[in-house]
Order: sequence, then structure tokens, then C-alpha cells
Amino acid sequence: MPASWILLSVLALTLIGYFLARQRAVASAGGDRRLLHSLPNYYGLNAALAAAVPALALLCAWMIIQPLAINSYISNDLPAEVRAVPGELSLAMADISRVADGLSEAVARGAITTEELDKLDAEASDVRSLLAGVGVALGSDVDAQSLDLARSYRAATNTGNILRNVVVLLVALAGMAIAVMITNKDFRARNFVERAILFLLVAAASVAILTTIGIVFSLIFNTVDFFSRYPADDFFFGTRWEPSFSGRGGASDLGFLPLIWGTLFISLIALIVAVPLGLMSAIYLSEYASKPVRAVAKPLLEVLAGIPTIVYGLFALLTVGPLLLDIFGRDGALGVNWMSGGTAAMTAGLVMGMMLIPFVSSLSDDIINAVPQAMRDGSYGLGATQSETLKQVILPAALPGIVGAILLAASRAIGETMIVVLGAGAAASLSMNPFDAMTTVTAKIVSQLTGDGEFNSPETLVAFALGMTLFVITLALNIFALWIVRRYREQYE
Amino acid sequence: MTDTNTSMAPAGEPKRFGSLLEQSDRTKRRNAKEKRFRLYGVAAIAVGLIFLTALVVTIILNGIPAFTQTHMTLQIELPADKLDKKGERNLADIKKVSTFGYNPLIDAALVRAVTEAGVETDITKGKDLRDMLSSGAGAQLRNAVLENPDLIGTTHAFTLLTSSRVDGYMKGRVTRVSLARDKNLTPEHLNIVDGLVDTGAIRRSFSWNFITGTDASESRPEQAGMGVAMLGSFFMMLVVLVLSLPIGVAASIYLEEFAPQNTFTDFIEVNISNLAAVPSIVFGILGLAVFIQFAHLPQSAPIVGGLTLTLMTLPTIVISTRASLKSVPPSIRDAALGVGASKMQSVLHHVLPLAMPGILTGTIIGLAQALGETAPLLLIGMVGYIATNYPDGIASGFLDPNSAMPAQIYEWAKRADPAFYERAWGGIIILLVFLVTMNAIAVMLRRRFERRW
Repeated sequence: MPASWILLSVLALTLIGYFLARQRAVASAGGDRRLLHSLPNYYGLNAALAAAVPALALLCAWMIIQPLAINSYISNDLPAEVRAVPGELSLAMADISRVADGLSEAVARGAITTEELDKLDAEASDVRSLLAGVGVALGSDVDAQSLDLARSYRAATNTGNILRNVVVLLVALAGMAIAVMITNKDFRARNFVERAILFLLVAAASVAILTTIGIVFSLIFNTVDFFSRYPADDFFFGTRWEPSFSGRGGASDLGFLPLIWGTLFISLIALIVAVPLGLMSAIYLSEYASKPVRAVAKPLLEVLAGIPTIVYGLFALLTVGPLLLDIFGRDGALGVNWMSGGTAAMTAGLVMGMMLIPFVSSLSDDIINAVPQAMRDGSYGLGATQSETLKQVILPAALPGIVGAILLAASRAIGETMIVVLGAGAAASLSMNPFDAMTTVTAKIVSQLTGDGEFNSPETLVAFALGMTLFVITLALNIFALWIVRRYREQYE
Repeated sequence: MTDTNTSMAPAGEPKRFGSLLEQSDRTKRRNAKEKRFRLYGVAAIAVGLIFLTALVVTIILNGIPAFTQTHMTLQIELPADKLDKKGERNLADIKKVSTFGYNPLIDAALVRAVTEAGVETDITKGKDLRDMLSSGAGAQLRNAVLENPDLIGTTHAFTLLTSSRVDGYMKGRVTRVSLARDKNLTPEHLNIVDGLVDTGAIRRSFSWNFITGTDASESRPEQAGMGVAMLGSFFMMLVVLVLSLPIGVAASIYLEEFAPQNTFTDFIEVNISNLAAVPSIVFGILGLAVFIQFAHLPQSAPIVGGLTLTLMTLPTIVISTRASLKSVPPSIRDAALGVGASKMQSVLHHVLPLAMPGILTGTIIGLAQALGETAPLLLIGMVGYIATNYPDGIASGFLDPNSAMPAQIYEWAKRADPAFYERAWGGIIILLVFLVTMNAIAVMLRRRFERRW
């Protein structure tokens, strides 16, 4: 019985419980609803929740834990030399579970019976072609040991699934039965239901915590794994980024410096574009613009923020890059030959700056509007012009907030992926020339993790170390920026 | 007056400090500065709007051609002795003739069409003429015959896809100069194309295939379409909607209405505001490590993409839901409590329905954001030549490898043939149509149901 059937059975029990409990409650009050402690629906809901929630929670937990338990149980039977190396182990386990899935598929399609399967001999028969016949392609032939393990894997999984179905159904049934049994007219059903709902609300709110924990753990484990294969010094202080997928081990240079250099360089260009433009737009829109102008210009500018980054990436690659090349490249309009290819730090930086304009402007707009009117009035009263008021009173007062906004924009720029993947080039270089191709932390995460790399070579795992540094940098920037903004807001509230 | 005069200019004529009627130099300078400053503001906004215009114009100019496609109509003879040797019109027999068996038929038809058009050319061999057609033309013809075996033995007009070079020539992307070093097509072919355009055999028309079709391999850009990737995005959005709306609303209700002021609540709040600012690629790493590496969900599957995007969208939905819950005035809660509702009843029966338009608006905007997100999808493998088959059924839609609209655009942008760039721009138009529609619905909801208290 697959998981969807068990789900449907639990739902059926839930519905049955609802109606049974409701009926029982009304009956216990002799049909007079006024004698009930709670509204009749609450009795029903109570039984429904009692049937569904524990059973479904158990089902989820079981589906996560069972594969892990079976994996560790099966992997104990693998040879010691395989178990010693984490990468080998995960590869071997993946093979075994694949063979096991294939065998199940073969049985399900009738290509082989259960009895035949038990007698199946890896030496005598061709398991690989058998599985290929049911649509499971294997990379290599199956040896006797892995066939045995796959068989016990399959057996354990089947037993586990049957056990799971029985236990989950029993839990649902028990929950429903208990809830229906204790239902009578004096039972405080509403209080129970409300407590259960509150519990669900707390659980939903905890998803945010779980996500953070998930991020941190997935980064930390793989990062530690990476540093056990590649020296941390070479990573953090290496000046060359030359991964090689052919020669595993020490053949690659995985230096972090060129990547962070490219990241910061491109972000800086982006900020140089976005901050003056965004800030001046915010000033004009909040202090000078008439209402109709503001009503048109502000949403239009914010459209720039709603456009997906892939669009900007394509714009950088196919429009801005060639345009810049026509101006700054060889035989270009300026005849300077600074640029040798369309993808460059400048290309990505300019386009990223475009994307950040509305981000800077709407944040600064909020901050400028938060400066109390009294400060403006005071300045005007002394005879200052509007721009003098802005420059000498409002901007200094809003400065911490604006710095916060710029930091948030910087963290955006550092974490931006698609624009740099498409627009900045692939060569990691420590160049000072903004028209050179550069690459960033995010772009390299993408290039190291796309493709069929297994999680056991430093070339793949380095992406997690890069992700970790990216996460730490952006998190620190965000916390600092939010702290500044919040402190500043409190000052005037 | 006299006081100031005596203190500032103690002797002789009273010194005058400008007049109200006449601007002093200093005032002029200050006013000029004021004007300049204002101008900077206008300029900044103008630059921003110019960027926007440039972007939109580029997208439209480059993307519109992707929606049309060049076809060639050929009278193709389908001899029974080649396609169905036994003559029993048995489908199994007809299937034995592979795509290569159909190519000579196309070649013959091409030679005839060129002769009829009266084009003088050095290219006489049908095999070389076939370079003008898509390499999938043989398969296209074979499928048409398999669908309708009665065609065998007749001469029928077929509309076949032309190659991407011919298509590019019709759209002005390919010129004789650019073909000089091209190994797929020669400038000589273009003369024939001109002739066939005159006879009406080659025509460019609107093509549904781009909107509904599947992705095609690197060598056949003329066949590539967005349809399957669109379905991938659809299934992903379904997952995001089904998970993030209930979880997001539940979390917001707890935080806004029930959460006590304590460390746990603070911790959740800090987490949410930080998650909102975590780069999207980090969510991709999370999806890869947790859903694929740890939970062994299938790689490249829309369900994994949906789960990853759910986690990314949750903070957006929570933030907007909390704002709309907050905007419901406390008097509503008080009134409900006053007539004997419990706290939970007051929230679920009164506050939540009133906040619903705001919540839906926020959800749609969150979904639109998720729809355009690319980076996490690259990490969980929704990229590459994978959007090749329509999912057969709902389960397969969630679990089988598929791409998504933005990932498909990225995939096309990476390919070497410039014909794919046009597809990428076209794909962006489709993506933006979805985004604009979603945002318009959100704005409409807000306008229609927004309540001022």
C-alpha cells in the first residue's frame, strides 16, 4: 500500500471521527444543543484533529527516519574499506538502493516473481539487463554482495512500510476512538480544539527556525567535509581559482581571494550606480514631486525591482555587454581597447546597479519621510531653501538610516546570482580593470554545483564553503544594517 | 531699522543689504543651487526610467520574432512501395521505415519545388537543399504519416519547419555576410529561399509551438518551445501555494495575535527577518543538501523546486500577512470578545476574514517573486536539456525531471547558437506576461477590497 493510500485512509478516519463525535455529543445532550458545553462542531473537530494530527505527524517522521535507519543497518554489512571513506560509502549505498528500487519495480511489473527473486544469483543471471528491461539503468554489473544487500534492503523497506502503515492506521484509529469515547455534553471540546490549533500555529511559526537550522547545518556539514579534504589556509588565502574535475585531489587550486575580489568589485560598481541615482530619486519624489508625478514615477521605478533577475542577466549578456564592447573594446567608439569581451565586471555591475535603484530609493524614501516635519519647518523658518534644508538638516538626520539602506543594498548585490552568472564572465582574476571578466562567489557556487558532481570531491564541496562565507557575510551585513535602521527609527518615534 | 544700521554701519550713509525687489548675488547663487539640485533629482528619475524603457524595448524587439516561425510548404509524394512495402497499411510495418527513409522523399520534393520556382542555382542535390529545412523535418513527416496512414500513395502538401538559419534570414538576423563562414547553410541557399518566398512556398507565420512545445536539442533551435517548462513552473507554484499560504498565515496569526513577549518569539522574529534577506542561492544550497542529498527526493523534480521556493517565499508571505492582520482595528477584536467569543474565535471568525484581501495580495506577490526566481533551481538540477517531454499525469508532473520558465530561459541563453537567444527573449516575454498578470490581479484585489477603517 503506497503512502497516498494510507493518507486517504487517515483522511477517511478523520471524517468518520468528525461525524461520530458530533452526533454523540448532540445525542448525549438529548438533542438540545443548549446543554452542550461547546458548539457541536467543536466535538467533531476534536475527534478529527485527534485522528489526523498524531497519525500524520508519525507518518512524516517515519518517512524521514526509515531510510536513514535502513541505510545505517545495511551499511554495516559493507566491507570495512568501503565504510571508511564517506564518499565511497554514499556511492555504494546509492547503488544498492537503486538496485533495490529496480527489483521492486521488476516485481511490480511481473518481470520476476518474489520466489524467483529470492533465488536470483548474481553470477548466473544478468541482473543488469533484467533491471534495464523495467526501465532502471545501472552504471555497472551487479555483484553478488550488492545483490544480497539490495535484497535485504528491499526486504527491510517492505517490512518497514508494512509496519508503518499498520502503526499509522492504529494511531489514527486510537486517536479517533479515544476522542469519540470521551465525547459527552460536558466535555470541554472547544478548549481542546483551540489548544490544538494554537499548537499548530506555533509549529507553523517554527518552520522559520527549522529553515535557518537547515541552512546552517547543510552548510556546516559539507563545509567541514570540504576542509577535511582541502586545507583551509589554501582556501582562504589562495590567489588562484583553477578547479580541475579530471584530476581529483590536490590538482585543483581553490583560492577564495579572486572570487571575493570579483564579488566586491562588481558590488562596488553596482552601488556607485545605484546609490546616487536611488538617493536622488528618493529625495525628489519625497520632497519635490507633485502628487501626480509621484503617483506615476514611483510605481514605474519599482517595476525595476519586480523584474526577475534572469531578465537582467540576459540584458547584461546580450545587450549591455556588446554595447560596452562597442564603446570600450578594440575598434570601439573611444578606441581605447580596455575591454576584450562582452562579459565583464562593468557589464554585470552596471546592470546590477539598475536593479538596485528602486531598492535604494524606496528604502531611503521611507527614511526621509520618517524625519519629523518639525525639523523641516525649523529650517525653513530660518530662511533656508529647500535644497539647503535637505542637505544640511534632513540628510544628516537621515544619514544612519541611509547607511543602513546602502548596506542592505550591498548585501543584495553580494548575494545576486543570475546577473553575474550571465554577465560577468567565468575567469577568476585579481584584476584592477573594471572591463576585465571577473567572477563571483555566487557564480562559482552555481558552476561547481550544476552538473553531475558527486558530493565527495573538493571541487564540488567547495561550493558549500563558498555558500557558508556568503551566508555569513550577508547575514552580518543585514543584522548590522537592520540594527542601524531600527536604532535610527526609535530615535524619532 | 535704525538699530541695525547704527550697529552695522556706524558712520555716514546707512548701508543697505539688498532689496526685496532685486535679488542679490548671493540669493541668485542660492536659488541657482536650488534649481540645480532639483534638476539632479529629475535627472536621477529620468535615468531610472530610461533604463526601464531600454529594458522593455529590448525585450520586446528581441522577443517578438520568437513567436513567429518560418515554414516551407512542399508537395511531397508518398510512394507506397517505399513506405509500406506489403501494402497492408499495417501500422507496425509503416513504423519500420525510419526517419531516414523519409528524407529522400523530402529531397525529391525540394528539387521539384526549386525547379518550379525557376531559381537558377548551383545546388542541385536534394540532400544539400535539405539544409534549408529543420533536421527534424523527416521526423515531422514520419509522424504525420503514422498519424494518418491513408496518405501513403498520394501526394500531399506538408508544411515543414525550416532550419533556424533560414528562419533567421526571414527575421533579418542572418545575412549573406554572416553565412560566409557558416557550415550549416551557404549564401547560395538564400537565393533559393528568395525564390521560394516569391512562389509562396516559404512563409513566416505565428507559431504556437513556441508557447506550447517542448525543448529541443542544441542543433534544432527552430523546434524549441516553452510549454513543458511552463508546466514545470505551474506544478512548482502549486506546491508553493499549497504549502506557503497555510504555513505563512498560521505563523503570522501566531506571531501577531497570540505570541507572548518572550525569547522564543523574538528568536522566531529575528529568524524571519533574516531569512527574508538571505540570498536566494543559499536556499538552493539548502534544497540540494536537505531535499536531495538527505531526503533523497528525485533530482530536478518540480516538487523539490516547489519546496525550496516555499521556504524562500515564506518570509515574504509572513511579513505581508502580519501587516494586513495589524491593519484590522482592535475594536473588531474587542467587539467579538465582548459578545463572548473566545480569543481563537475572534481571530479566526473576524480578524482573519477581514485581513484576507491583504493576505491574498501578499501571497500573489510572493508567488510572482518565486515564479521569476532562477538561482535555486539551477542548484537542484532543473536546468539542462530536460524539459523534453510532457509529464504524463499529475504524479509525473510533480516527480519527473522538468525545468521551469526562468531556468529554461537561462538554458537557452547559455547555448551557443544565437537562434536560442531569440527564444530566450521570447521566453522572457511569456514569463513577464505571467508576472504582470499576477501583479495586476494583486493590485485589483487591493483596490477592490481594501477597506479604510
